[in-house]
Amino acid sequence: MLQDIRAFFDARGVLEVETPLLASAGNTDIHIESLSTVFGDQDYYLNTSPEFAMKRLLAAQSGSIYQVCKAFRDDELGPMHNPEFTMLEWYRTGFDMFHLMDEMEALVLALSSDSPVTFNRFSYTQVFELYAGLNPHRASASDCRDCVIEHGIEQPVGMGENKDEWLDWLLTQMILPALPSDQFTFIHDYPASQCALARLRVNEAGEQVASRFELFYGGTELANGFHELSQAGEQRQRFEGDNKIRLLENKPAVKIDGLFLSALENGLPECSGVALGLDRLLMVLIKSTLIDDVLAFPWQRI
Amino acid sequence: MATYSTNQFKNGLKIMWDGDPCSIVENILVKPGKGQAFNRVKMRNLKTGRTLEKTFKSTESVEAADVEDRGVDFLYSDGESWHFMEPDTFEQFAADAVAVGDAAKWIKGQEHCVMTLWNNVPISITPPNFVELVVTQTDPGLKGDTAQGGTKPATLETGTEVKVPLFVEEGNVLKIDTRTGEYVSRA
Repeated sequence: MLQDIRAFFDARGVLEVETPLLASAGNTDIHIESLSTVFGDQDYYLNTSPEFAMKRLLAAQSGSIYQVCKAFRDDELGPMHNPEFTMLEWYRTGFDMFHLMDEMEALVLALSSDSPVTFNRFSYTQVFELYAGLNPHRASASDCRDCVIEHGIEQPVGMGENKDEWLDWLLTQMILPALPSDQFTFIHDYPASQCALARLRVNEAGEQVASRFELFYGGTELANGFHELSQAGEQRQRFEGDNKIRLLENKPAVKIDGLFLSALENGLPECSGVALGLDRLLMVLIKSTLIDDVLAFPWQRI
Repeated sequence: MATYSTNQFKNGLKIMWDGDPCSIVENILVKPGKGQAFNRVKMRNLKTGRTLEKTFKSTESVEAADVEDRGVDFLYSDGESWHFMEPDTFEQFAADAVAVGDAAKWIKGQEHCVMTLWNNVPISITPPNFVELVVTQTDPGLKGDTAQGGTKPATLETGTEVKVPLFVEEGNVLKIDTRTGEYVSRA
């Protein structure tokens, strides 16, 4: 698989890079926890994806780049999760989100040479209207709760008035299980409140959405991509907003990556980027449902 | 009050749920890459033995249950309580009929059992997997039927009735599997 990936990007003139796994700053994302370690008397974070470092290269005029590396996330262990996993991340200058999805289809085709592959594309609005009967951008948290009750789905303990929690719950319980099995599906145009590092735009219905997409095989999440936000000021505000929510939820605030923000200030070229979980893709290709099946040494054996 | 956060959940962890102590038997992470994580938990109510499923938003906390298992020997029953003793410490415990439950069908004295204590009160007794008990009453079997695999009822010294092969006679000592309540062999 690694050879095929390298051949794929080599043929397209995308440069392979390597960036540090340790960084003095971390990921503020409220749903991703970093692991950290100590060198001398300073704490370092293990990267949860190589995104910040790769964007610093892009800002330094690297052009399109890709990387295969390890990523680490605390509190993520289960049938589909290992705290240490392998990521393929790539950035294409001059690409918008849909152009990058096209390239992703080509890559997946190249990696699954022996079996027929079908791709679907839906907006976040389309899948929610189709499978939950709800407009995710206009619905309120209580509309989502009503939808959960109406469909006889369990309400998790501890749910409040945060709409994104409800959307995530509906996504995992109603949307993903309903996606065509044995097919690849892109979901794009996520709610603006789930933009992470994507730029915002207004869709045809006049709703503000994030230029963010994810790739699934059946209901298995494989990849997350953005049309990348390049405004340093807005990015800093999002990081600071994340940290405020973290403090409210009794989670540790995370040191904001000043080096990454200065790179954005210097100018990130117009680009789209995506991170693909290679362990998950391998699971899909060999039709496994346990991540341990594709790890040389599963978590219990390290 | 001790609590556990969902990220501490693992099999065997004892938590309080709906006022009863429960033991986690399965804990599965459900998490979109950039979204809210959930823990889908299967737990066994340690008082009733029933299993229930519940999903928690991750980062929720639940109260810890002060539950421990102790190895104890069954001493005697006075009709109201069943008395047990931990052999190393000689500490004695009295369990009521609810806590003893089905274990009462299989223990007559001396058996080494596992006692589950919640806040130092016995809430369940697990008998040994196999016990040996004397048959106190059974109808005579018919000669020549030993190879046919037929069964008949027999009453054991604890008063429990089990199905036994036709060749079993009163006074025989039988080995019983307490998990299924089935006859295994003559001891």
